[in-house]
Amino acid sequence: MTSTDENKKYLLTGNEACAEAAIQAGCRFYYGYPITPQNEILTHMAIRMPQVGGTSIQVESELAAINMVHGSAAAGARTMTSSSSPGISLKQEGISYLAGSELPCVIVNIQRGGPGLGDISPSQADYFQAVKGGGHGDYHTIVLAPSSVQETADLVYDAFDLADRYRNPVMILGDAQLGQMMESVVFNKKCEPDSFKKEWALTGATGRKRNIIKSFYPVQGELEEFNAKLQEKYSLIKSKEVRYEEINTEDADIVVVAYGTCARICKEILMKNKIPNIKIGLLRPITLWPYPSQVIQEIAGKVQAILTVEMSAGQMVEDVRLSVSGRCPVYFYGRTGGGIPSPKDIIRKIIEIIPVKEKATCAT
Amino acid sequence: MEAVYKTPDTMIDTPTHYCPGCGHGIIQRLIAEIIDEKNIKGKTIGIAPVGCAVLAYNYLDIDMCEAAHGRPPAVATGIKRVHPDKIVFSYQGDGDLAAIGLSEIIHTANRSENITVIFVNNAVYGMTNGQMAPTTLLNQKTLTTPQGRSEQCDGPPLRICELLSVVGGSRFIARASVTSPKNIINTKQLIEKGFKTQIQEKGFSLIEVLSPCPVYWRMSSVESIKFIDDEMTKTFPLGVFKDWESQN
Repeated sequence: MTSTDENKKYLLTGNEACAEAAIQAGCRFYYGYPITPQNEILTHMAIRMPQVGGTSIQVESELAAINMVHGSAAAGARTMTSSSSPGISLKQEGISYLAGSELPCVIVNIQRGGPGLGDISPSQADYFQAVKGGGHGDYHTIVLAPSSVQETADLVYDAFDLADRYRNPVMILGDAQLGQMMESVVFNKKCEPDSFKKEWALTGATGRKRNIIKSFYPVQGELEEFNAKLQEKYSLIKSKEVRYEEINTEDADIVVVAYGTCARICKEILMKNKIPNIKIGLLRPITLWPYPSQVIQEIAGKVQAILTVEMSAGQMVEDVRLSVSGRCPVYFYGRTGGGIPSPKDIIRKIIEIIPVKEKATCAT
Repeated sequence: MEAVYKTPDTMIDTPTHYCPGCGHGIIQRLIAEIIDEKNIKGKTIGIAPVGCAVLAYNYLDIDMCEAAHGRPPAVATGIKRVHPDKIVFSYQGDGDLAAIGLSEIIHTANRSENITVIFVNNAVYGMTNGQMAPTTLLNQKTLTTPQGRSEQCDGPPLRICELLSVVGGSRFIARASVTSPKNIINTKQLIEKGFKTQIQEKGFSLIEVLSPCPVYWRMSSVESIKFIDDEMTKTFPLGVFKDWESQN
């Protein structure tokens, strides 16, 4: 594609939609390194960035990519890097520096199976890394988890706005399935990158006092003061930016909590009404940080059980348990190493839970 | 009366945190003088490294950015691509540039990013009390080479100017020292040439400066100067290694 028409529907992979949405959101500086299953982002940027007067560099390493993002963010531009799990691990030091320097940027993780080199199949095993910090120090990135190609595009627009609003890195947490599958997508979100004034940016100190972008506070007490300021910002984000989708949770017997690809699979079970005698609800977190703890806590008081479904050995389920805080039993079903839960497996798990619900006093 | 020697406008008039006899103060002053003379204070952006020079922004009154250890060339690239009309330089030590950041410096040079790198080589990790650097001389004693650097175990010192001069994208590569007024004047001329290379959009420039670290060399300031002139320059000869002006 050479341009986008906001009235037109495009058939694109999640990766391509992600890249195109970034361009539509005003991102003009992209730095990436090849790694499957996110290569289409790199190739789309290589074609499209020159057409819009932007920069796309295929870098020598993930470290170079995240640190070029650091430079372009410090210079006041909208900037992005993308990778998949092993590459995102390499970027973690840089993400900590970005958070510590309060620099806005977007980082895309199209997750694949791990640990180590793992495989190139879909996975959600980077949840801990994404939402608990990932790098060193007390910091958070805002983490957005799309579950369709259209939502990937829409959340990329929002990611750039959130990054600029809070001067904070934002991560799009997808997976190999979301990145590789094709769906129709429209690019019609309005975006005004220039509405964010970046008086702190490095532009050359002409007609103003000089600016310094740093995360080093060697004087005793200064770093604690800075951390307090960061925590205040994170509290504000928690109070304003939680997003989730709730389906049939009102009078449900059991509510499934799942995000991304897993949420799509669970939604199919609900929509097709596959277990007519059990009322199933779905809570789909869209922001993984900040986490929709409040709504999960409320649901926990009304249902017989909660089931968390993930493509991991059980990571988000820890946040579900913290939110539920003993109000109802929490069950987990997960696949690892590139395995994808099938509707049949999830239905079997639900049927297993509901008949034993009275006995289930502790979470499994 | 006309002042013939004063603090450059770009230099913040404050005591530095550098150790007695350290060369960083001289080199940063030279950068400040050049920025004044070229009248580019309002359009220059600097990158400070991890290491002794991390607080360079306390002394240079310009827009500045810190970078993670070894990554100033990547950060400089990110800034320069956004502001191609600004003068962007990174200021790096030998651990930062020649060890942990070797990949970034080679690829940044090879892409011929239009930036200038000031590479301060004092043959040791100063900030962490004096361990072996990639540029530590053979037989030189450091905290981590108590018997002296051994070629068999640690390899020979890495010569960055020689290495970068064969990288296709580099345009101006030179090595100088700050051991005498003559050498300091020469260093200034070479850094000026680096800035000129960038202003004329010729591409990547790097000026290596041999600089004393008396405290972690366990020497007096006078001995340190002598060590550079008599020993370091044997491994790291001074001179211009690559110059776009003489290459045509």
